[in-house]
Amino acid sequence: MTETSINILIGGEAGQGLVTIGQLMAKALIRAGYNILVHQDYMSRIRGGHNTFAIRTGPDPIYAAVEDVDILVALNAETLELHREELTDRAIVVVDEAIDCQGMNALRVPFKELAPKPLFHNTVALGVLGASVCNDVSILEGLLHETFHKKGDEIVQANVEVLRKAYDWVREQEFDFTCMPPPPENPEPAMMINGNEAIAMGALAAGCNFLSFYPMTPSTSVALTLISKGAALGMVAEQAEDEIAAINMALGASYAGARSVVTTSGGGFALMVEGISLAGITETPVVVVLVQRPGPATGLPTRTEQGDLNLALYAGHGEFPRAIFAPGTPEECFYLTYRAFDLAEKYQTPCFVLSDQYLADSYRNVPRFDPDLPEVASSVLEPENPAEYKRYAMTDDGISPRAIPGFSEALVKADSDEHDEAGHIIEDGPTRIGMNSKRIVKACGMWHEVVPPEYYGEEGADVVLLCWGSTLGPCLEAMESMKDHTCGVLHFKQVYPLNEDQFMDFLEGAGHVVAVEGNATAQFARLLGQETGFRVSSFILRFDGRPLTSWYILKGLESII
Amino acid sequence: MVSMEEYGKFETAWCPGCGNHAILACLKQALAELELAPHQVCIVSGIGQAAKTPQYMNCNMFNGLHGRALPVAQGVKLANPELAVVAVSGDGCSYGEGGNHFLAALRRNVNMTLIAHDNQIYGLTKGQASPTTARGQATKAQPGGSPSEPLNPVALAVTMKAGFVARAFSGEKDHLVTMIKQAICHPGFALVDVLQPCVSFNKVNTFAWYRERCYKLGEDHNSADWDAAMTVAMEFDERIPIGILYRNSRAPFGSGMPGLEKGPLALRSVNREELVSILAGFE
Repeated sequence: MTETSINILIGGEAGQGLVTIGQLMAKALIRAGYNILVHQDYMSRIRGGHNTFAIRTGPDPIYAAVEDVDILVALNAETLELHREELTDRAIVVVDEAIDCQGMNALRVPFKELAPKPLFHNTVALGVLGASVCNDVSILEGLLHETFHKKGDEIVQANVEVLRKAYDWVREQEFDFTCMPPPPENPEPAMMINGNEAIAMGALAAGCNFLSFYPMTPSTSVALTLISKGAALGMVAEQAEDEIAAINMALGASYAGARSVVTTSGGGFALMVEGISLAGITETPVVVVLVQRPGPATGLPTRTEQGDLNLALYAGHGEFPRAIFAPGTPEECFYLTYRAFDLAEKYQTPCFVLSDQYLADSYRNVPRFDPDLPEVASSVLEPENPAEYKRYAMTDDGISPRAIPGFSEALVKADSDEHDEAGHIIEDGPTRIGMNSKRIVKACGMWHEVVPPEYYGEEGADVVLLCWGSTLGPCLEAMESMKDHTCGVLHFKQVYPLNEDQFMDFLEGAGHVVAVEGNATAQFARLLGQETGFRVSSFILRFDGRPLTSWYILKGLESII
Repeated sequence: MVSMEEYGKFETAWCPGCGNHAILACLKQALAELELAPHQVCIVSGIGQAAKTPQYMNCNMFNGLHGRALPVAQGVKLANPELAVVAVSGDGCSYGEGGNHFLAALRRNVNMTLIAHDNQIYGLTKGQASPTTARGQATKAQPGGSPSEPLNPVALAVTMKAGFVARAFSGEKDHLVTMIKQAICHPGFALVDVLQPCVSFNKVNTFAWYRERCYKLGEDHNSADWDAAMTVAMEFDERIPIGILYRNSRAPFGSGMPGLEKGPLALRSVNREELVSILAGFE
């Protein structure tokens, strides 16, 4: 664990504004040049309950969330009770002076004195927190200007005054907390973005212009970001009556020339499965953003899990190719979502971005994304011989030239029934074999374009942590913390198809291969075994709805090595 | 000039005497008379005998899944507002499996037409009750008689103030052509519920049964009058009115939506400058 980092946890009821405090503080830290990683934990309710917004920050790169708390901002008494066990030796607690601190090292804040109205209590909390971590007051002032300027100068000034009062108040207090080492000078400009926002931005960079969705936690913010940020890019979005409508609408739009996405979680995706099959046989591109939460059924609606790999892998009856991407960081969310669109368009088949609640809501500081990605593969508007056009023309690679209806005299016939090259319904065996083979052969092309897994650490290490998706960070941190053994991390960001030429050396050269997954049955390790014959026999699995952490992994390793 | 012949002639898998033959012919005639060339038209269907209609037409088509014609059709229209989009499917597909989509389409009011071939029975699966089968009508799957109250699709559509609601009969071809033409020209969601006999599996609602009952609404019916429309929409017994029951001028879906006013989505490319500025908003 990085000694220089601190973990700030803001806790309180839903509706108390802890996300606002957290977002502004996180951005202020980034602007000061620090790295951050946010983990949000919330309950399935609109008001009340116990929610937390944790910011781990420091001058060195930060890979994962941790349990230990160095600064606890408790917006209510319950937060103190629930998190007292997690406080480190040096921890301070920020609470309202009215709350009994039970002997904890505390900054007891006179909220009523510092704020003219309860409306400004958040700004007080932000100011106290900012001063506690030695953040320059001008950075937070700037952020208050950006946040409130639409509400008018008066509101901005009132907030700035409260912020300064809170800073001044902290300076008068005697308390024992050491600030972090200073950040690097002149840091590169960084974005603050979470996994879901990065997926939305990746879709926009790929030219996505049609969204149909039914809201479902934790995927909803992908749709909301596409709607709010995509408006300026001409995004057409519709909240469908259900998930079945969402996927079918996306396919209709894609058939007619849109670049379509649907966003959902496992329970919603379960309903979309018939549409995935339809995409498969009609060879209609679509990108499915599946942000996982624990199941089965309603499961733990606001928590995290990697339990839907099998669902994405096998969704849809019949046989047709697909690609499944599993980003590990917001950067990977951006670039792999773009990649999913490119492959979906090129191979005319459904492609998946498989994320989870932990990554979805985890803000990070990331370098600016590249806005100039190459144009995604696209369809033909006017085929050379419109009269001869056949939607499902046979080709060596299985990819038929895809015309869009309405732009020439070519007639575009898409059919859910088995069909001939022209899209007409057939029942004869040889045509069926030809068409099914044509679709399946596209998988060969996709196999040659697999994004390779990334290997971190020493090759031939005693222990190789095998992981996919959002578990990358905790594995990297566990690797860095291991003392008695050499360790490597093999991270898959594309989980299907697999190209064993890219990674078997890493697995075969390792002492122990340990699968680290956020599910109970090691779905990826099983898939790997099925595809390559390589058998993983050690597992660290977590399925309590909480994200993997390096502490959890290191504890698990104790019984393995 | 567009001729009906451009829409082709195909051998069908329908029973001789099935109402689908007439509906297919009338649809082709309506499209030709509207001067819509096959490449300007997209027919979308679900599953069922009626849903085979686009297989027997020479034009753009998307033949999808059972009950899902409407979501696909709306997606097509939203992606390319320049295409004339017609969904064609039976009573089981449109009102049963796709019931939720039917309700949402009435509310959403995308500029498209639904032609529902309503024979009050499941034909493709050989004769089970459909959502419009009369209560008490016996079938192999409901030997004691269909226990449920039948859905009245036109009354439902009028209740929800759908933009255009018509009922037609496959035995009144000229009238049916007129209904389809008016529906396609209506700027919003248009329903044409077409009564038609299933000669193989519905021994009650036969051609003669419909012929005896159907009568054309006269000029005295004011289709802009919602109360009058409800009255005729509810009439489905010894007398069954056909014609435009109800029509209003609700703005179609997407009016005022900037994303939809820039033409077909297929012609768009990413505005990189705008993208850079959106990304900068995260700094």
